[in-house]
Amino acid sequence: MSALLSLRDVWVEYGDKIVLEKVDLDVAAGSFVSIIGPSGAGKSSLLRLILGQEAPTRGQILLDGVPLAPECGPDRGVVFQRYSVFPHLTALGNTVFGLECAQSPLLARLFGGARRAAMAEATEMLAAVGLADSLHLYPAQLSGGMQQRLAIAQALIKRPRILLLDEPFGALDPGIRADMHALITRLWRDYALTIIMVTHDIREAFTLGTRVLALDKRRHDPHAPHRFGATAVYDLPLRDKAAQAAADTQSASETTGAS
Amino acid sequence: MRWVNRQIGPSQRFALGAVPIALIVLFYLFMAAQRHAVNPADKILPLPGGMVQAVSALIFQPDPLSGNLLFWADTLASLQRLGLGLGIATLMALVVGLVLGVLPPMRATFGPLVTGIAVIPPIALLPILFIALGLGDTAKVALIVIGIAPVMIRDIAAHVTALPREQIIKAQTLGANSWQIMIRVALPQAMPRLLQALRLALGPAWVFLISAEAVASDVGLGYRIFLVRRYLSMDVIIPYVAWIAILAIVMDVTLAFLSKRMFGWAHGANH
Repeated sequence: MSALLSLRDVWVEYGDKIVLEKVDLDVAAGSFVSIIGPSGAGKSSLLRLILGQEAPTRGQILLDGVPLAPECGPDRGVVFQRYSVFPHLTALGNTVFGLECAQSPLLARLFGGARRAAMAEATEMLAAVGLADSLHLYPAQLSGGMQQRLAIAQALIKRPRILLLDEPFGALDPGIRADMHALITRLWRDYALTIIMVTHDIREAFTLGTRVLALDKRRHDPHAPHRFGATAVYDLPLRDKAAQAAADTQSASETTGAS
Repeated sequence: MRWVNRQIGPSQRFALGAVPIALIVLFYLFMAAQRHAVNPADKILPLPGGMVQAVSALIFQPDPLSGNLLFWADTLASLQRLGLGLGIATLMALVVGLVLGVLPPMRATFGPLVTGIAVIPPIALLPILFIALGLGDTAKVALIVIGIAPVMIRDIAAHVTALPREQIIKAQTLGANSWQIMIRVALPQAMPRLLQALRLALGPAWVFLISAEAVASDVGLGYRIFLVRRYLSMDVIIPYVAWIAILAIVMDVTLAFLSKRMFGWAHGANH
């Protein structure tokens, strides 16, 4: 498997505080990477780096072998824990937004046939995340779990190379969280996604991921704790799940091939 | 039951709200009647009959000098100035507030200027406006705009700046550029706040209008009040003030209604 995303000797420093040090990482296409670690270990910083919200102090991030611009772009989708959806747009409006931006640079609105096509695509996407009955509701009228479903649909309609999840299910209650786990696993297989997820929940990390990265500080200076940064201290590939996913995709393609 | 838990129904609320107003009116009538008992020609606290008589002359009888119905000419002139001032200020608040709120370089460049203009007491600029723009309507409209626009701009800019960072990031991951973020993400979310800012600006706008009209004008509600003050014509001043209050309340209620109607998502209503 080829590396979709590569981090080469990446450091993140804020003033004299070192957050991440010497992070070397290759993420293969189609993998589901869970990132865990204690608070302040730079999980979110790493996500912001990959998202392009921040630039590394040192080092290089390559997406498909091309250095990443320190700016967000449509090749990397994101779902945050909160505020991922636009409160002034309906579920359908939120989902169609990504298509409108790409196809209508000046007005960011579509009309006529293009609009109908975009609406149909968005409706299909919303149906895939289980929001077929809530097309015309505003986010304030949706429950927390439904808002996260909407945020996922909104991101997936752009077919991002990488989907970044920043504690996406942290604010949901356990029952809903289990539903969401099933949903994200299904979407990951159906759309052949590459997902990087930051989570506090170790169980979630191991249930969903094909690979678990644990970020922490290797060294600790008691007199200047901020001078050592965190890096990936454990990198656990979960072969079984990767193999199972591959087998599933294989059998799925065989069945479609046979029919 | 604790007072914090007492919910007041709509009809009860109307009745309760009417009580203090009715009391003030009664108190006024009592004082006026007392004064008139002593001196039937009293001008300081006119009785309702006197006020109706004085104002109906302005409403129904053309002024012998200009041939206008003065009450309506005053109302029209004032509303025109107020409307122009509010309109220009609102448009400026929307455009400038949005640009300052969304684009950090613009905020860094023009933010201090807006803050600087906002801290100048607008009335202090009135002489400059009269000198630069003449004594006509332009100076009065300009005073209203200078008086309320900076505050509205700062309010809208602050509101837009305070939009969750996640939303702006998300829009970018959906392929939006700065312009698209401005018109599709920031603008719609600034609109309810703009109507709110406009409602709050109505009070100051009236202050600046009346001030400008008081200093130099030949028609307008503020002009009339300050003109008849010379003759102690409380029978005209009090109805005029009441009329201004009614106009202001109608505008405020209309804006509140519009905001609920057009931007239901911002009011947590079930659309």
